[in-house]
Amino acid sequence: MSRSNPVRQAPRYVAEVDEGGLGAVDAVRVSDRKSNLWLDAWRDLRGRWMFWISAVFIVFIVFVALFPGVFTQVPPNNDCYLANSNAGPQPGHPLGFTKQGCDVFSRIVHGTSTSLSVGVIVTVMVAVMGIVLGAFAGYFGGWLDSFLMRIGDIFFAIPYILAAVVIMSMFLHDRNIWIIALAIGFFSWPATARILRSEVLRVKQFDYVMASEALGLSKVRTMFLHVMPNSIAPVIVISTVGLAAAITAEATLSFLGVGLPNNIYMSWGNDISAAQVDLRTNPMTLIYPSIALSATVLAFIMLGETVREALDPKARAQR
Amino acid sequence: MAWYIVRRVLQGIPVFLGSTFLIYAMVFAMPGNPVLRMFGDRTPTEAQIAALEAKFHLDQNFFTRYFLYLGDVFQGNLGTTFNGQSVNEILIRTFPTTLRLALLAVIIQLVVGVTAGLISGLRKGGIFDHAALIVTLILISLPVFVLAFVAQWFFGIELGWFRPTVGQGAPWSDLILPAIVLAALNMAYVVRLTRGSVIETSQADFVRMAYGKGLPSRRVVPVHVLRNSLIPVTTNLAADFGILIVGATVTEGIFNVPGVGNELFKAINRHDTPEIVSIVTILVIVYVFVNLLIDLLYGVLDPRIRYVKK
Repeated sequence: MSRSNPVRQAPRYVAEVDEGGLGAVDAVRVSDRKSNLWLDAWRDLRGRWMFWISAVFIVFIVFVALFPGVFTQVPPNNDCYLANSNAGPQPGHPLGFTKQGCDVFSRIVHGTSTSLSVGVIVTVMVAVMGIVLGAFAGYFGGWLDSFLMRIGDIFFAIPYILAAVVIMSMFLHDRNIWIIALAIGFFSWPATARILRSEVLRVKQFDYVMASEALGLSKVRTMFLHVMPNSIAPVIVISTVGLAAAITAEATLSFLGVGLPNNIYMSWGNDISAAQVDLRTNPMTLIYPSIALSATVLAFIMLGETVREALDPKARAQR
Repeated sequence: MAWYIVRRVLQGIPVFLGSTFLIYAMVFAMPGNPVLRMFGDRTPTEAQIAALEAKFHLDQNFFTRYFLYLGDVFQGNLGTTFNGQSVNEILIRTFPTTLRLALLAVIIQLVVGVTAGLISGLRKGGIFDHAALIVTLILISLPVFVLAFVAQWFFGIELGWFRPTVGQGAPWSDLILPAIVLAALNMAYVVRLTRGSVIETSQADFVRMAYGKGLPSRRVVPVHVLRNSLIPVTTNLAADFGILIVGATVTEGIFNVPGVGNELFKAINRHDTPEIVSIVTILVIVYVFVNLLIDLLYGVLDPRIRYVKK
């Protein structure tokens, strides 16, 4: 594919000469495979190794998060002895111990559900807020559009981690998964809303939208039944990548010290933060949770990437 | 152009007011006494409570308070931290270092990112392109503090190429490693944006035309392809800057760079809420302002933006 002088190749739609007649040009070939956006995307995804690696890994992570007991019997927080402080691997403790003498492997396994729950809660929250606000703004237009988008601009003007730092430092004693998810998600919806809005602006020009309204469906019903399902594709992509971003954000907040309380929740960010003082003498305690965190984030970003390429013909052409 | 500037600046005003108001509301509209909440698990003295209540005008109603507070910010009166330092002095002392770090990071991000993006865009599907895609994918997935620790451990401690933490006065040579870490994420985005846009531009008619009239690649690529491919990179600078602010907080904290981010990092660790709120407010104001500048720059670079019809 490496040409120094690329030439644009436009597909040419010319009827076969021997078929003859205009009917052959317009006819729908019944024997052709059924196809729509999602089927095309699935056919594209099916053949890509990056999709399968990330999908299998995500299934595995979800399994670890749901059933940590299958992987480790060692309690992450209650079985710590200072005699084991920073000790190396032992039978039953494959990755060694933290400074507090807790089992590193067990803490990583139990930290999975924290990261994943925060990621999922933030993603659902951001998707719902973004879809509803974006759809109303795009479909109804006018003053509602201007109003919602200006509000979005304001929320967009604050980097969401900084906002979360302020919110979390206001909740010193009652931090939990819901509060941190709210703190992250509350400022990250405008990106989703903007993308959905521009997609709705495209979709609402189609004939089936006019047909739906002509048949007597109310504007709100048309929006929910016909416009939204047809403009949701880009949101799926941004939500997958957003899940990765939310996991990173939770770890960053925990690392900074405004995340989840260390003694109740296992969080990779907390573990990395706690291990930093021994970076010179015992770097592996820091590196193991970092690998878990980065691999999880990588899996979701890879999934988002492959799905984006499958759904967006423009991205497919650049591959 | 003048009309574009005026319109864009006017649009910036509600964003500025709204974002500062949101931060203010996050602190003062929550239930409970905000002053007591700021102290967390410490017990303030009567005098401290009185001083903070006076500083935040807690005897006024909510909206009056907000405008009084905004007035304070504009007069450069950002209050004091729990240990009695003035936030203004902290900012004046630390801002130059952060500015140098950010400058270095932006230079690295643009030079390396655009070069790599251009090469992989021109040789689409080649070895370099595949390598660049994989490396950027990994860089995007690494949280900045993980990258910072790995770099600090590997280049600073194991190999000893750089000092693991920044020394007195933050000389430029010590800032290189933190700047690379800070630039890494944005660099990955710049590579991908440049690549995509180079691929798109090289298929444009004017590039075919340039080749068609016999221009050599060494003229077509920089003048026709690259210049037109840089527009999306410029647009994305605003988002880059947001990543830079958050990244600077983490990177400066880890490498002990004496900058604004490090102050915020330490304030968070001390639970010094008044200082956190002051620094975040300043950072958001800077962010809104930089966004405005980038939008204006975008208008200069791309004439189509200036002439949008209402």
